[in-house]
Amino acid sequence: MTRCSGYSMVKLFINTISQQRQCLYSIVTVALVSLFCAFVSPYIGYHVVAFILLLTVSFIAMLFDIVPVLLTALLSAVVWDFFFIPPYFTFIVSSAEDAIFLMMYFVVALTSAALTYKIRQVQKVARQKEERINTIRLYNTLLNSLSHELRTPIATIIAATDNLQHSNARLTDTHRSDLVSEIAIASMKLNQHVENLLNMSRLESGFIQLKYDWCDMSELLYDTVRKIEENKVSQKILVQVAADMPLARTDKGMLEQVLYNLLSNATLYTPASSTISISAAAVDNVLELVVEDNGPGFPPQEIDMVFEKFYRLRNTATGGTGLGLSIVRGFAEAMDGTVTLQNRVEGGARFTVKLPAEMSYLKNLKHE
Amino acid sequence: MSKAAILVIDDEAQMRKLLEITLESSGFGVLHATTGREGIVAAATHPPDMILLDIGLPDESGHEVLRKLREWYTHPIMMLSVQNSEEDIVRALDNGANDYLVKPYRTGELLARIRSLLRRSGTDDATLVVSAGDITIDLAARTVKKGGATLKLTATEYTLLSLLARNAGRVLTHQYLLREVWGNSYVNESQYLRVFIAQLRKKIEKDPNRPAIILTESRIGYRFAGADHI
Repeated sequence: MTRCSGYSMVKLFINTISQQRQCLYSIVTVALVSLFCAFVSPYIGYHVVAFILLLTVSFIAMLFDIVPVLLTALLSAVVWDFFFIPPYFTFIVSSAEDAIFLMMYFVVALTSAALTYKIRQVQKVARQKEERINTIRLYNTLLNSLSHELRTPIATIIAATDNLQHSNARLTDTHRSDLVSEIAIASMKLNQHVENLLNMSRLESGFIQLKYDWCDMSELLYDTVRKIEENKVSQKILVQVAADMPLARTDKGMLEQVLYNLLSNATLYTPASSTISISAAAVDNVLELVVEDNGPGFPPQEIDMVFEKFYRLRNTATGGTGLGLSIVRGFAEAMDGTVTLQNRVEGGARFTVKLPAEMSYLKNLKHE
Repeated sequence: MSKAAILVIDDEAQMRKLLEITLESSGFGVLHATTGREGIVAAATHPPDMILLDIGLPDESGHEVLRKLREWYTHPIMMLSVQNSEEDIVRALDNGANDYLVKPYRTGELLARIRSLLRRSGTDDATLVVSAGDITIDLAARTVKKGGATLKLTATEYTLLSLLARNAGRVLTHQYLLREVWGNSYVNESQYLRVFIAQLRKKIEKDPNRPAIILTESRIGYRFAGADHI
């Protein structure tokens, strides 16, 4: 992502203003500057006024589109002629000197307007080119990391099926069932990568529709843990939800993906004997979900980077596309929430997701 | 009884091949169609015992095919879809599909669902006793027993449970359950459903957190576990 300077921030803002409005703002600016000049004209002379107006044209040219800029140039020439060149309040120019000056003013104003506009066009093209280069660089990173992550399971499947097809007679039953389970693991991995890629492209497209519905957090947490456990995880996973936990109104699908990715991350990067715990709590109207483990934790200097797209911890041998945690952050933010990572004092990592959510305590009411 | 014939309507040749192997090796007869039009013709000429219908077909959407089939075809239809798009699934279920599976699915799951649907369509609606785990629901006497002891359920809890049990093995959408149990004006009041399902699970499940009788179909609805009809 390119950082925005103050000027380009203003530009970005102005780009959102319609051309009609830009014209209106130009007219108002010329009117205000003229009013100011009307007061100071007796002291500085009307030729200096022309320069002040010219300065206004240049200023407008730096910000607005070509049409409002030309309008400003034209309008300022007319205003100067009508209000400032004697005889006042007529378009008559009495001296030849003033006539030449007015003509020159007009040409200079138009030229400066056109030139400034042209420079901006060139800058715009350069900027687009730079953005394109950045995009290409991003895609290369993506392709490098992805081709590895996608090819490994594909290679496994091809090799295993080859073995089963061509060397079947020489294989023992144990070999055969091992090969089949390798294929199963590889295809689950592929499926997970594709899921992450689709989610990433949903986020990138900026077109995410949230579907809020009442959600039983205990049901959601246990369901997600059950799905993770289908991958034959070796760690112990504990679920903690208070008995009086209210229903929360949230996008269940997205939240499930967030929790799944956090749990999946924990199972991939903690030793087999570790304990992972997941909990949900309601604090006022904020849903707080915590996934923590007693593994090695994260290197402190890398904590801020783990949510970046394609970022992978240095010195980690295990694979990963570097997409899982960036999807967690993307989804959490799409739900107006946050996700943070801390190392626990006792050791291990703690991911905290906070989402604003309406709560329903209906659960605790006696009804019927 | 001769073997049940299943019509597979799917445009992906690989998917059809795989389904054929799976279904034939489990003792079903398999018919194929690659487009919606072909599927409708095939269903009309040799009415199968059930249909597996893909939502994403090349000529017309599975929804359209489902609508046309349901004008006269009364046997089970199970939808297959690739994306986990809950709108598609809910829409299909509301329009008369009996069940759905999202690709990639597990073969065991597919066969269990097919068997459950075929068994249900073979029996009539007069099933009076449904059981699952150590729970027995007597729909005539309106009683629910857990390991022999009668459970105390509120009227709403019983209505909800009996509705699910009568459709054992089949997924019922949130909207359907809300409409049937609470009425039309409650269709969007999903919190009622969540609360009552949680209450029911506390009463009937061994471990309410890992339910084995009332299963969650995330974002779609609930399903009473494939029960044995008596």
